[in-house]
Amino acid sequence: MKLSLPYQAWRNLRAKPLQTALSLALLGFGVGMVSLMLLTEKQVNDAFERNIKDIDLVLGAKGSPLQLILANVYHIDAPTGNINQRAAEKVLKHPYIDSGIPLAYGDNHEGYRIVGTEHSYVEHYDATLAEGQLWDAPYEVTAGARVAENLGLNIGDTFFSAHGLKDQTDIHTNKTFTVVGILEPSGSVVDQLLLTPMESIWYVHMEDGEVLDPETREITAMLLKKRNPLAVLTIPNTLRDTNMQVALPAIEVNRMTQQFGLGTSALRAIAMLIMALSFASIFISVLDNIRARRHELALMRTMGGTPATLYRLLLLEGGLLSVAGTVLGLVLSRVGMTVLSQVVEAQFHYDVAAMGMLGSEWALAGAAILVGLLASAIPARRSLRLDISRTLSEA
Amino acid sequence: MVQVQGVQFQYGEEGPRMAFPDFSCQPGERMLLLGQSGTGKTTLLHLLCGMLKAQSGTLHVAGQDLRAASDRELDTWRGQALGVVFQRAHFVQSLTIQENLALPHQLTQGRVPSEVLERMGSMLDRLGMAHRAEARPHELSVGEQQRASIARALLHKPQVVFADEPTSALDDHNAAAVMDILDREAAEATLVVVTHDQRLKDRYPHCVTLNPTRS
Repeated sequence: MKLSLPYQAWRNLRAKPLQTALSLALLGFGVGMVSLMLLTEKQVNDAFERNIKDIDLVLGAKGSPLQLILANVYHIDAPTGNINQRAAEKVLKHPYIDSGIPLAYGDNHEGYRIVGTEHSYVEHYDATLAEGQLWDAPYEVTAGARVAENLGLNIGDTFFSAHGLKDQTDIHTNKTFTVVGILEPSGSVVDQLLLTPMESIWYVHMEDGEVLDPETREITAMLLKKRNPLAVLTIPNTLRDTNMQVALPAIEVNRMTQQFGLGTSALRAIAMLIMALSFASIFISVLDNIRARRHELALMRTMGGTPATLYRLLLLEGGLLSVAGTVLGLVLSRVGMTVLSQVVEAQFHYDVAAMGMLGSEWALAGAAILVGLLASAIPARRSLRLDISRTLSEA
Repeated sequence: MVQVQGVQFQYGEEGPRMAFPDFSCQPGERMLLLGQSGTGKTTLLHLLCGMLKAQSGTLHVAGQDLRAASDRELDTWRGQALGVVFQRAHFVQSLTIQENLALPHQLTQGRVPSEVLERMGSMLDRLGMAHRAEARPHELSVGEQQRASIARALLHKPQVVFADEPTSALDDHNAAAVMDILDREAAEATLVVVTHDQRLKDRYPHCVTLNPTRS
């Protein structure tokens, strides 16, 4: 027959389903919210850092520097405009600049951006081919791993591009793109892109018979790697009289996460408040149990139970609630993360669904269980001072 | 088996000092502690169970010197050597009747031996309670609760059984039935019945009457 203290504690909790459910729900939501924020922050920061990877400056059309970064490094915003390719190449030749990767885009296929660029873009993110080859001729496409998977693209497949970054209304049916290669997943932004030569982007927007003038060719942006740290100060001055600007990804992302930080701080405070309420709930639950079950506890003393046994039983009840609430919270945060990742992927084509336990989550779980135990240990001390004779005489 | 000599007890420092008559009870003997309300029956019962400590006198029960034993020793001793049938049947409400019956073994030994489960089965059978083994305490009638309470007090084969007002709310027929069960099931133990019920005087010739002696 199972009658161990953990079993008795479990039965006692089950005997008060509403009280137990309330404590569990409060702790579950509190831990879940904090855990979800930790997961989200980690995922977003990882994604940002992975994609910045050695990009010191982004050269593009004047406008919001943050928008320039979001559009050209992360591909989650519209570009600020186009710039002249010749002008951009002049910046590239500046002695303080080491190298640059041009990007030209403005069309999509099923919501995935078709980006004209050079092979150095793929090399920059250490992406490798899963099958086929990198693009060579105009209208040849090498698909990122996530695009190929989600759209079911295979080598030899063809498609038309649509004007804009998401819309599917204005389709260029006169030019056919062909998939010639598919990349392995790299965990970077290239997973979400359809890569093609720059010429594809230019040609698809030209009328039949129109000749491309090298002097007026436009690109969307150029990702620059500096040779000299002074580039950060010098290059903006050289662009003063042009329609171009350079933005620093590290600074813009830092500014953005700080702004996010205000929101997450408020959310974290709410989550902490809910957790505090849950600990108060466990405290009250154990205290109420001692009052309501004082005759039972006194009875157990007459049957051989020591004060330490009763204390352990009450502590176990609080401990079980804490552990179950914490586990519930961690499960809820994973459910939340799954929902969030689906929304993010649908909106931005980003994968943020890593579900492993973070170091900070282990600390959160440990702290939640410890505080839960403390919240039950304090009222449970009353059981140590239980007057058996008086309690049984009251009955 | 039970020896009480010169026992005095006082609740706190301001309470009246209560003096109890001397008496003893041999192994296997049955005796009655008879007294009206206010004569200190419950106090004496709690002293005999080691739940209260006498300020003076000698109190020996089932081989334990109750004034000399530590609280921890008394906790274990109560679970092993004593069986107590309370006036009002108390149970752990979250556990089933058979789990309640097995609780003294779990609390003193940390496990429930299989022979105890067999003994429990036959005891519940004899008490007509076998079909209620899986029931929760609140699902039982008052009579069933009392029989279950008797079963719990006797299952671990205590040396001494104390019964507190076992017949107080029963008519003659049911009172006799309960006492028959107690006598039968506690045949190997020393039985001390604490009561104000004069009907039990004829049943137990060994009777000590408690009188109010407070100072």
